[in-house]
Amino acid sequence: MNTKNWSFKITPVRIFLFALVGMAALLGVYRLFTGLGGSTNLNDQWPWGLWIVLDLTVVALAGAGYSLTLLSHVLHIKKFKSVARRALLISLMGYIFVLLTLILEIGRWDNFWRPIVSWGYHSPMFEVYMCILAYMAMMLLEFTEILTEKIGKRWAKLVHAILPVVFIFAALLPFGHQASLGAIYLIFPDKLHPIWFTPMLPWLFLISSFFVGLAVVVFETLFSSKLRNQEVDMEALKGLAKVSACIMIGYLVLKIGDLISKGAFSHVFSGTVEGNMFLLEMIIGVVLPIIIAFSPMITKKSGLALFSGCAIIGVVLNRFNVIIVGMYDALGPGYVPSWIEWGISIGLMAVVILMYTFIVENFAIFSPVEKFDEEKGYVGVGRKHGVSY
Amino acid sequence: MSKGVLVDITKCVGCGSCTVACKMWNSLGYKKDIPNQGTDAALNEENWTTITYKKVTVNGEPAWRFVKEQCLHCQDPACASVCMSKAIVKTSEGPVVYDPTLCVGCRYCMIACPFEIPKYEWNKVLPSVTKCQMCANKIIKGEQPACVSVCPTQALTFGERNDLLKLAENTIAADSKYVKHIYGQEEAGGTEWLYISDVPFEELGLKTNISKIPLPHYTHEYLKNTPTVFIGGSILFAALSFYTKRRSEVEKHKKS
Repeated sequence: MNTKNWSFKITPVRIFLFALVGMAALLGVYRLFTGLGGSTNLNDQWPWGLWIVLDLTVVALAGAGYSLTLLSHVLHIKKFKSVARRALLISLMGYIFVLLTLILEIGRWDNFWRPIVSWGYHSPMFEVYMCILAYMAMMLLEFTEILTEKIGKRWAKLVHAILPVVFIFAALLPFGHQASLGAIYLIFPDKLHPIWFTPMLPWLFLISSFFVGLAVVVFETLFSSKLRNQEVDMEALKGLAKVSACIMIGYLVLKIGDLISKGAFSHVFSGTVEGNMFLLEMIIGVVLPIIIAFSPMITKKSGLALFSGCAIIGVVLNRFNVIIVGMYDALGPGYVPSWIEWGISIGLMAVVILMYTFIVENFAIFSPVEKFDEEKGYVGVGRKHGVSY
Repeated sequence: MSKGVLVDITKCVGCGSCTVACKMWNSLGYKKDIPNQGTDAALNEENWTTITYKKVTVNGEPAWRFVKEQCLHCQDPACASVCMSKAIVKTSEGPVVYDPTLCVGCRYCMIACPFEIPKYEWNKVLPSVTKCQMCANKIIKGEQPACVSVCPTQALTFGERNDLLKLAENTIAADSKYVKHIYGQEEAGGTEWLYISDVPFEELGLKTNISKIPLPHYTHEYLKNTPTVFIGGSILFAALSFYTKRRSEVEKHKKS
């Protein structure tokens, strides 16, 4: 088979996605030439809105990359190796979405590089910035392993020589920015609602990004395998769900313990919007998935889908709660995203979906023919470089 | 030592000279719908300081009070601590100043400020954050801020913060009409601008539910661990990686 064979099937869905990309490009140019006031509904009262919610949420969901790099390439847990590449790809697409959004979100996009030379090291945002930049480089290096199977094959040897070091930093750096994204909210002791404000917030953000990252891999594997009629490595997915659920138990205990020790537990059942939103977030995103993961449901695809779906919705709700619901009392009403904000976000999602489909069609991301065999170790193609299927 | 300003609410007659002086010195414009003085006065990118007219009750009689608002120039400012590119810095003379050439425009400072002071040039293509700079360029030459220099009633007093605190304490002690509190002495860990008043501060619209612990303390408690976690984490992960790899190789070897 000619390894230089590129393919990209044009389907009606993809044409529609291209149309969305075109719309986002036009709106993006409009945003850059009219400023934030003309294109968004952000204002002095609500300087952060939809784009920040999406960025923080997508970074959490893109925890898929570092959690799987840690489990499969640092801890060398073999059964997770079959899904490590898709985890990397999900993560890469997630961060590309976030960086594209941020370039439009910051007021002075021409100054985006300033923190590299002017270190505001006392800001959690600086740690987020530096870690994401460095992690982006690590992800691209991780991805060159997949790239060099098809193009620039002569670099493959070099890539494989540095990969062990890359894996360590690719697993470690996100600890910095996942936690620091929570630390951003530590400066709001008088603004963020006591249900969510806690010195533990960075660690809660970190832990939730880890367990939801695993859930995202489960969800994406089920979804893409269904679309492509591929066999699913059920052992790997069950394993991921179990690891994820165990971490959720730790999260639940930590969160409840923290609420009690701060004396903020009474807010939970107070019947207020904050209390109810918190209950919703915890029941859907933590309690339900734990129950599913330790019931017989988890051996079925439907159970895995429900588990991962709940975990994802839970973390989306959690980030929304911290950024919007928890701050609403302090900032007051006054912001609803504009259609341009929505249009740009939807279009940028279409960008990464199209990139994703191109990559999975042309590179060995899924390893359907490769399975771990007790006797023979890994069998099948797609793992050795230079082989495509 | 750092400089500050003492605002004596009882002496302000609401003439608004200070807001005009501010606009002149900083070349700021006017916006019709957002006035710099009056009952609806509000800070924005053109109004770095405002005089808000407040109808209050003093000794059972309705009365007007005039409240100057501007950046309070915290001693340990949250806005400067959260700035990832050092666009906002605290100067040794007291003013907290902003350099637009370093600003990325993330607007973290705007939300971090407990007094909600920084505003944004939403309608500019390349916008800046805007706020009172305490006329840092005048202070460095030994002059008073523009607003203080034009005040006709001595409602504003410029000086060393320590001296101003003493002056405020003496003023409060000498006259029973004053509220026994110096606003800014402890708010947000202490601000260079201080307020004394004969009407409770919450009735004047000043934020009173503000942490006495400087806000940067909260983020520092987390950030101080970063170097340790990073170095420790690298070593731990490298060790784990080496150990687990070796273990699986040994297992493989045993089997074959």
